[in-house]
Amino acid sequence: MESNRKLLNGDEAIAYAARNAGLNLGIGYPGTPSTEILETFSSLGGRAQWAPNEKVAAEVAIGAALAGGKAIVTMKHVGMNVAADPFFTAAYTGVKGSLVICAADDPGMASSQNEQDSRRYAVAAGLPMLEPADSQQCYDYLLLAVELSNKFGTPVILRLTTRVCHSKTIVKVGPFNEPKTPSYTKDAKSHVMVPAFARLAHVRLRKRLKDLEEWNCQNGPCTFLGPEGAKSGVIATGISAMHAAEALPEARIMQPGMTYPLPLAKIKEFVNSHEDNLVVEEGDPIVVETLLANGMKVRGKKEAFRFGELNVGRVKKLAADDITPDPAPAPGKPPQLCPGCPHRLTFQALHDLGCTVCGDIGCYTLGVLPPYEAMDTCVCMGASISAALGMREVLPAEQAKRIVSVIGDSTFMHSGLTGLVDMVYNRPPHGHVVILLDNSTTAMTGLQEHPGTGRRLDHTETVRVDPAAVARAIGVRVEEIDPLPMKDTLKDFIQEQLDKEDVCMIIMKRSCLLALKHLKDREAQAKEKKN
Amino acid sequence: MKNINIVFAGLGGQGVLRASDITAEAAFLTGFDVKKAEVHGMSQRGGSVSSDVRFGEGIKSPMIPAGTADFLVLLDASQKDPNALYCSDSTVIIDPSVIKIETLPNPKGLNVALLGYLSKMLPAIPEENWLKALDNNFPEKLRESNVVAFNIGREANQK
Repeated sequence: MESNRKLLNGDEAIAYAARNAGLNLGIGYPGTPSTEILETFSSLGGRAQWAPNEKVAAEVAIGAALAGGKAIVTMKHVGMNVAADPFFTAAYTGVKGSLVICAADDPGMASSQNEQDSRRYAVAAGLPMLEPADSQQCYDYLLLAVELSNKFGTPVILRLTTRVCHSKTIVKVGPFNEPKTPSYTKDAKSHVMVPAFARLAHVRLRKRLKDLEEWNCQNGPCTFLGPEGAKSGVIATGISAMHAAEALPEARIMQPGMTYPLPLAKIKEFVNSHEDNLVVEEGDPIVVETLLANGMKVRGKKEAFRFGELNVGRVKKLAADDITPDPAPAPGKPPQLCPGCPHRLTFQALHDLGCTVCGDIGCYTLGVLPPYEAMDTCVCMGASISAALGMREVLPAEQAKRIVSVIGDSTFMHSGLTGLVDMVYNRPPHGHVVILLDNSTTAMTGLQEHPGTGRRLDHTETVRVDPAAVARAIGVRVEEIDPLPMKDTLKDFIQEQLDKEDVCMIIMKRSCLLALKHLKDREAQAKEKKN
Repeated sequence: MKNINIVFAGLGGQGVLRASDITAEAAFLTGFDVKKAEVHGMSQRGGSVSSDVRFGEGIKSPMIPAGTADFLVLLDASQKDPNALYCSDSTVIIDPSVIKIETLPNPKGLNVALLGYLSKMLPAIPEENWLKALDNNFPEKLRESNVVAFNIGREANQK
C-alpha cells in the first residue's frame, strides 16, 4: 500500500494540507467541529496557536497575511460572528501572502447553540468560498484556497460542516514543506482603510469577485458524479453531493467546489443539458436562490429541509417533495455533567438558592438539565455576564437581587472581560455576582488550553493570565475558593456575596476530572518537546 | 462484494469511536474504500454515541441510510432502540452480553472484544489487519491486553 494514502477526517486532512502548503501560522479558538484542525497541524510540526477568541485569531492571521505570510484561521460557525468585524474589512484590504478562513458549520446542531449558515458571510463580505465534500477535497481545497488567496489577493473561506470535519475518508497526501519567512513591503493605500482608500478598495473588491467568477467558470474545481447523459441533473454542494450520488443514482450530479462566487455560466450549461434540475444543499436555500435569480430553471427544496442535516434518506425525500416527518428514533441518553464534576456543587447550591442563573457556553450549560435545572439563559459566549446586567437593570429589586452569572474559565477569557468592565462601569443598583467556574481547561471541546491555563496549544508553558488579578484590576471584589471542601456551606457563601450588593466575582477553582487525567501526560509531552 | 455497513453504538466513554476507528482502519489496510462518520462533542458527557463505518468497492455518503445496517454493534444494550432505525430484519445485532466481562483483562476492553467477535463475521478483512489496526490505535502499554480482549471476542464467536 502506498504510504501517502491515509484514512483521515476532514480536519486532519486540512492540517496535512497546511503542512504541504508551508503555512507560517495557524490560529483559532476551539469549537466543535473545527478544533482538530489546529491540534493536528501542531502535532505535525506546524506553528499553531489558540487565541483568546475568534476575533483576535482572525486579526492575528490577517496581520500574518498582510506581512506576506501564509496563515489559516479556524473556528466554528458562531465564531464567524465574533470575527466578522475584521473579515469584512480584510475583504477590502486584501492580503499579500495567503489567508484561509476555515469556518465549520454544524447543521443539525450536534454541539452548538444555533445552525446558522455561514455561507451568508461569503456573500455579505465578498469573500470567495470553497466547500469540500470529503477529506480528499478538504486537502485539495485547502491547497487551492492558499493559492487563490495569494493569486487574487483576498482571504478565502473554506466552509466545512460537521460531517465533513468528522468523517474519515481516504486521502492522498503530499510531502511537508517548511514555511518561508516573508519580507514586509509597505502598502498603506491598500492596508489603511480610511474612507478615501476604502472607497477604492470596495471597487477593487467587486472587480475581484467578477474575476473570480470568471476563473471559477474556466478553471474552478468541479466534481461530476453519476451517469453522463442522464435526464435529471442535480446541483449539490459539500457533503450533500455524496448523499445525492447515493440517493439519486439515475441523476447526473454537479458539485461546484467554489460556491461563492458561483460559476454561473458553467452551471447554466449543465442546467440546459438536463430536462429537470434539482438543487441539493444543507441549510439555507442560498445556491438555489442565486440560480433562480439568474433565470435558471431549477427546483429547490421544501422548507422542511432547511432544518437539520441531510442524509441519503432525506435527499430521496427532498427530491420527491416528500415532507412527511422523518421517523424519530427512540430517544438516546442525553449528555450530563460527569460524575464528580466540580460544577455540580455550584449548580446544586444555585438550585437550592432558587437563583436566576444567566449561563454561558460550555459543559456547564448542562446545568440547565435535571436534577439542577439551574440555568435561565444561555445565548452566546460572554452573555452570562452582560445579559444578567440587563436583567438587573430592568427587574424590580427583589427579582434583580436573585440574579447570578455563571461562566467558564475559557469563555471568560474569550468574551467575559468586557462584560466585567461593564459591570463596574454601569454598576446595577444592587450590584452583581459573577461565578467563574474555573476548571482550568476548555472542557467542552476536548480539553484545550487557553490563556488562563498557562500553557500554549501544544501544552508548553507560558505566562498564565490570572482571572482574579484581572478582575481586581477592573475593580471587582474577588473571592477565590475550592468548592469541594465548602460543599455544605456553598449555598450560604453565595448568599452572603449576593447580600453585599457590590460587584463580586466568585472563582470556583477545581480542575476538570478529565483534564487531570491528561495533565500528567501533557506535562511529560511538553517537557519532551522542550528538550 | 457488496458494501458493508456497521453501526457502533454505546455511551460516552465506552470506546465507541475507538472501535469504529479500528474497524475503518482494518478495512482500509485491506484495500477497501472506507468512510466513517460520527458525531462527537457532547460524547464525553456520558450521552449516547454512535458511529458508522462503511466499506467496500466505492462508498459515497459516509452516513449509513436507515434500514441498511448489516451489523449493529452495541457497547451498551440500552442503545439498541435509539439505533433501531438503521436495522432491518437481516441486520446482525451484536449485544455486549456475548462477551463475559469478567474474562477480560480489563473491563474497558469490551469494545475491542466486540471487535474480535465482529471480525469472525467479516472474512474479507484478514486477522493481521485487525491486529495492525489495534496496534495503531492504542499506546504500547495497552496493546497486549487489547490483543487478549480481541482474541476472547473471536473465541466467543465460534458458532
